[in-house]
Formats: sequence, structure tokens, C-alpha cells
Amino acid sequence: MALELDRVAADRSIPSRLAPGIVTLLSLAGLLAIWWIAAIVADSRVLPAPPAVAEAFWRDARTGELFFHLAMTLMRVAGAFVIAMAVGSAIGIVLGMNREANRFFDPWLILFLNVPALVIIVLAYIWFGLNEAAAIGAIAVNKIPNAVVTLREGARALDRDLEEMAKVYRFGPAKTLRHVILPQLQPYFAAASRSGISLIWKIALVVELLGRSNGVGFQINLYFQLFDVAAILAYTLAFVAVMLIIEFLLVQPFEAHSTRWRPRRARG
Amino acid sequence: MSNLSKPIPPAGGPGGLAVEIRGKTFRGADGGDVRAIENVAFEVAAGRFATLIGPSGCGKTTTLRIILGLDPDFKGRLKLPADGAGRVAAVFQEPRLLPWRSVEENVRLALPEEDAGRDLDPLFATLGLTEMRSRYPSELSLGLARRVSLARAFAIRPSLLILDEPFVSLDEQTATRLRKLLIEVWSARPTTALMVTHNLREAVQLSDRIVFLTERPARIRGVHDIVTPHGERDTRWRETTLSVIAKRYSGVL
Repeated sequence: MALELDRVAADRSIPSRLAPGIVTLLSLAGLLAIWWIAAIVADSRVLPAPPAVAEAFWRDARTGELFFHLAMTLMRVAGAFVIAMAVGSAIGIVLGMNREANRFFDPWLILFLNVPALVIIVLAYIWFGLNEAAAIGAIAVNKIPNAVVTLREGARALDRDLEEMAKVYRFGPAKTLRHVILPQLQPYFAAASRSGISLIWKIALVVELLGRSNGVGFQINLYFQLFDVAAILAYTLAFVAVMLIIEFLLVQPFEAHSTRWRPRRARG
Repeated sequence: MSNLSKPIPPAGGPGGLAVEIRGKTFRGADGGDVRAIENVAFEVAAGRFATLIGPSGCGKTTTLRIILGLDPDFKGRLKLPADGAGRVAAVFQEPRLLPWRSVEENVRLALPEEDAGRDLDPLFATLGLTEMRSRYPSELSLGLARRVSLARAFAIRPSLLILDEPFVSLDEQTATRLRKLLIEVWSARPTTALMVTHNLREAVQLSDRIVFLTERPARIRGVHDIVTPHGERDTRWRETTLSVIAKRYSGVL
């Protein structure tokens, strides 16, 4: 795929060299234009134009309110993400390596995969009270089965040859885990994190809406009752922007670093 | 054991390798049992190089895996050099390097804790890997990757060296160069070694003892000892030896 793209890029001349950034910008500008035109055509309170959203953003940003709520949501997302990835990966790796355990726990996994997020959230609040631990726990429990499934596939695909090599050269458990097993699971961690972050922040908003008195979800519920669509969009876009920044500044550099050993063409 | 007059002092600890496999069965995919090894028993004196030769699928690699401790399910006994206290190194058919670690890291990771900071310059220099130390395995040719695999095996100063067709699927030129390198590194510190190969020339060039195996289930077909020191094995000597062996064990060439 990358090879083909390279060839296409090489065939065309100068414009194509600037292409990736420009295409992204054009694409976003196109989306903005469609939104703007639709807002003008509709001419309604329920579909505000971009300037109205910017104004709503500015209104809450100036008081610091927006950043406080963003930070609260981000804290919950981060906490739930760490818990879900740690617990989910550990369970997934064990199930992937142990056939009997997998056979026993597979029905549990299917059950948890299919319990609606809303049910888990409501039950967590009923059983553990309307507190922060219940909120973060409920978000994590929603993500854990996904991480288990992804990492289980990874653990099933582990290279036996390298495992034997590590055994012959007496690597020991810690060295084997760090140098042989975890690098093989890295693509699965990456996949689980990617899908995890987007899933977790969507669930976090529902958790906040149902049982917290701050966070983006709480604010959106508030503005829903006020019927303030501009503010709802402002909060949504602000949080999406935060997640994009995390993607570009944390996730992608980390991935580039951990896959630097791959031949260039496979990096895609 | 007739060649104890060799001048090289044996390294790799007291006692050699003694293998005694009285039976090894695999469970086949259809549920039936496949008998892989009937009776394979041989010894390798300390500091000597032995080779296993036999037809494809006769259980050579299985024998090596049993010695390496990767397959504990067999009947029989093993006596490893240094009574199992020493380290065992393996050069597998495939290089089996960690793709996400550099050449040097791959070698260093195999070193025992107490040896972790050791100077590997001479070893890398002998094997022509000095320039490659910071490369990743995906950037290496198969021949170079095999050299890294040899470097890793020798770096840990093993008391037993196991080689499973280490030069297979290389072009003849590269294979010849690697065999020379192997003799060079091995002679600097003779270690009890056991190699599996299909190549009788290779066996004659490298080993002090050749063990011939039968078709599956494997039994010992014969043992041929070579007393000529490695340095004196020229082309003419090799051709003569090959024809002697070929006469005694038909079909091995």
C-alpha cells in the first residue's frame, strides 16, 4: 500500500510533495464549509454556524470553566484507560497462553462484551454509590473485555521459536517478558489503545451525565437542558481536539519509537 | 573415544556429552502415535565436535531438541558437559534473532548476568560484524544473520554448543566462508559441540566424530571418528575420507 502511494507520489511532481498536509487541511476546510452552508440554509437555533460555536467556546474558556471540565473528563479517561489496559492485557495474555483457562472464561468474556455500557454504569452507581471510584471503575469495566480480546489474539500469535531461543539462553521470566513477549504484543497494545481511547471517552461522558457534577458530559447535559447547541458543539470539539493532540504528541511518537526496528516500507 | 591424542586441550568443563534416547513418540494430528526415535545413544568427548547425519525426517532435530531441554517427553537419559552446570548455546536452523533488538543487543541479551558488560569486540571482529552492531536483524542478509546467531552462541562461552543445520539455504560461497569462521571461533576455545547437517562434506570438514542415523524411527547406523586435526584437512584428504565413508555407508553422499 505504502509502496503504491510512494510510486504515485513520485509520478506526480511538486504539488504531490506537499500533499499530505494540504489534503488534510482542504478536507477539514471542506467539512467546515458544508457545516457553515447548512447552518445558513437552516437558519435555526438548533444548528448554529461556526462563529456561534467559537463564541460559546470563548465564553466558557475565558472563565476557565471549560478547561476545568475538560481536565475532569481527561482525568477520568486517563484513569480508566490505565486500569482497563493493565487489567485487560494481563487477563488477555493469560487467556491467550492457557487453553484451559480460555475455555473456562470465554463465556464470561462473551457475557461482559455484550452487557450494555449503560447497564454497567447504572449498576456501578447503585452498588458503589455516586462517587469517583464507581465512575472510573464503570468506564474501565466497559473497556476491559475489548482489551482482553485483542491481547488474547496477540498472545496466541506469539512466536514459539523465539520462546525456545529465550529458554535455551536462559533469559528468565523478566527478561523474556521484556525483550521477547512484550515487543511481539506491541501492535496489539497499539490496536487496543487506539480503539480504547475513543471508546473510553465516549463512555466517560455518559458516566458524567448520569452521576457526576462536573466534566464534559455533565456540561453537555446542562446545555442540553438549556437547549444551547452551540455550547454542546463547543465542548465536543474542544474535547476532540484534546484527544487529537494526545494522539499526535503521545500515541504516534511512541508508536514510531517502538516500531523503529521495522523495515521502512512496513511502517505505512 | 579413539581420538584423545588430539593436541587441543579440551575446554567446556569436565566430561563430555552422553546421549541415550531409548524412545521418543509424537502424537500425530490424526491421534495415532508416530515413533520418531527408536534407540539413539552416542557420546561426544569434552571439547570435541560431533555431527549427526541422517535422512530427512529421521529425528535429528528431535534429538537436538531433547538435548536442549525443549522436549522433556522421552525415554532415556542425558549427561550434559559440566554435569549440566554449564551453559548450552544453540544455533538454530533459522537465526531466531529478536527483530526489535539490534545485533549487539541480541548477542548481549544472551550473556549471563555476571558477564553482562563483557567486551565483545574481538568476537564481533572475528565474525566480521563490527560494522553491523547497531543494525536491526531486518537489515541483514541471511548469511549475516547466521553470523549474529553464531556470535550469540559463542558469546556465552557455552560448555555445550548445539548447531542445527546452521548453513542450510545459503549459497555455497557464503556457507564455505561461514564454515571457516565457525572453525576459527571454535578452535580458539574448543567446546563440546553437536551439529546436525545433511552435508557430508561439511561434516567431514568440521567434526571429530560423525554419527550416522537410519531412517525413522532413528537408530544408530554407525560412528566414524576422524583424528586428523582441523588444520591438516586439505582438499585431497577430504576427497579420500569422503570416498572411504561413502563406501562404508552407502547412500550418504
